[in-house]
Amino acid sequence: MLLIENITKTFFPGTVNERVALNDVSLQLNTGDFVTVIGSNGAGKSTLLNMISGKLPIDSGDLSIDGSSVKRMPDYARAAYVGRVFQDPMAGTAPDLSIEQNLALALRRGQRRGLSWGVTHKRRAFFREELLSLELGLENRLKARVGLLSGGQRQALSLLMASFTQPRILLLDEHTAALDPQRAELVTTLTQSIVEKHHLTTLMVTHNMEQALRLGNRLIMMHEGQIILDVDSERKATMTVPDLLAEFAKIKGASLDDRALLG
Amino acid sequence: MNAALELGLLYGIMALGVYLTFRILNFPDLTVDGSFTTGAAVAASLIINGVPAPLATLAGAASGAVAGLVTGVLYTKGRIDGLLAGILTMIALWSINLRIMGKSNLPLLREDTLMTPLRDAGLLGGAWSILIFAVAALVIKFAIDWFLSTDLGLSIQATGNNEQMIRSLGVNTHRTTILTLAISNGLVALCGALIAQYQGFADVSMGIGLILVGLASVIVGQAVFGRRTIFLASLAVIGGAVIYRLVIFFALGAGLNPNDMKLISALLVVAALLLPRWGFLKRVPSLRQMRSNAAVKAN
Repeated sequence: MLLIENITKTFFPGTVNERVALNDVSLQLNTGDFVTVIGSNGAGKSTLLNMISGKLPIDSGDLSIDGSSVKRMPDYARAAYVGRVFQDPMAGTAPDLSIEQNLALALRRGQRRGLSWGVTHKRRAFFREELLSLELGLENRLKARVGLLSGGQRQALSLLMASFTQPRILLLDEHTAALDPQRAELVTTLTQSIVEKHHLTTLMVTHNMEQALRLGNRLIMMHEGQIILDVDSERKATMTVPDLLAEFAKIKGASLDDRALLG
Repeated sequence: MNAALELGLLYGIMALGVYLTFRILNFPDLTVDGSFTTGAAVAASLIINGVPAPLATLAGAASGAVAGLVTGVLYTKGRIDGLLAGILTMIALWSINLRIMGKSNLPLLREDTLMTPLRDAGLLGGAWSILIFAVAALVIKFAIDWFLSTDLGLSIQATGNNEQMIRSLGVNTHRTTILTLAISNGLVALCGALIAQYQGFADVSMGIGLILVGLASVIVGQAVFGRRTIFLASLAVIGGAVIYRLVIFFALGAGLNPNDMKLISALLVVAALLLPRWGFLKRVPSLRQMRSNAAVKAN
């Protein structure tokens, strides 16, 4: 499905600000995997997502989807395979366009866009049905400007737009982090049901350890540009937040020891 | 007065072009100063060389589209700042326009132009020609309305509204940007070709300061008529172009000379941008909306 092989990314190479964001990262996702990604700031989580979506070029290593390399594919071309929800609720929708126009744009993901009407009766009926599943009442506001919606509503809409064409991979970049707890919970629940409904292969970055344990069938932890822990569904089911913290402390301590020894 | 209405409707086509870049794409495109003249120069030269007027007019529009394409490529592929990319094309077009025309002024007085039938029938300056020009401007307006609501048009709107989002949905925003600039400048050049035939000559300096006329039309029109929907916004742009011509007409009537018109244009744009922020005007709904938009941009 998604195969990441030895990806490395360095920002500002050759300057005093040089920073290794990803250091020889490899990861394989199977179809239907729902992987949660945790890690401290600067661990490389967002960079990993930017590599997969094509927003930033890869320094070295390879990245393939369904067996073919997409390493050299620009972001807009890769969008045919990759759906994405950003952390900023404003980032995933066009504020001056209506709800139905935004959905019409998302509906043509990865397809040629020609001179047929963007919003037709048939499409509108489909949009209404899809919006119904969000349970936010948006199905009655198809012509409302998206800029009028609240952050939570916009994020729910972004989630729908990223997923309802069933891309091969769904990337969620801390997509609940900027919402208040109640809205975050709503979007989390929606995420769960949408991923289950379409059996989407999903990679979700989160700061919330409890959420990372509760959702998905696999968990990876990143630290300083590397994947330092990979928990399968069996072990994840019984794991608690303290377990996770203990695991982190253990690995981090070990790596520090290594460095101390090498130093 | 009738002539002012006719001119306003013709210039409405140019204003629609400016609307596409300035409002839809969010791109202040200065190419129009050059491409307007290019359209006029190409059409006039072809007509003088015996090409039928409709064909010459279309060729003029196409040449403007090429100019827009150049600005688009400089901006996207060349990553040159949008304002600078427009200025570069505009300045380069000055020389190109002179090459096309061979001299700085091409009279069309005894040529067969699109305006000849109207003039021969004695319609110019009367209600019929105003109606004909209005229909022409509205046909283009409705074509734009339709285009912007297609799959492709929506992706163009999204390019100006949230580029990151529309790229993540699989649109090559370089292509939509270049396409919009080409269409926009095609319309501007079409207007140039029509104006040359209307006034009976093409002049190398006829496009100078035109961007301001376009912006004035868009801003004044939308301040007066609103911009809530595409239908309304594009209609307002034509209305704005007519208002602009009427303002010029009355300014000339009040004793100002034609050389003062650039100053009048600039003052008109400044007034349209500033007035909505002041007290009593805040209550006018469409003005209020503009003000809030300006505030959002300022933040």
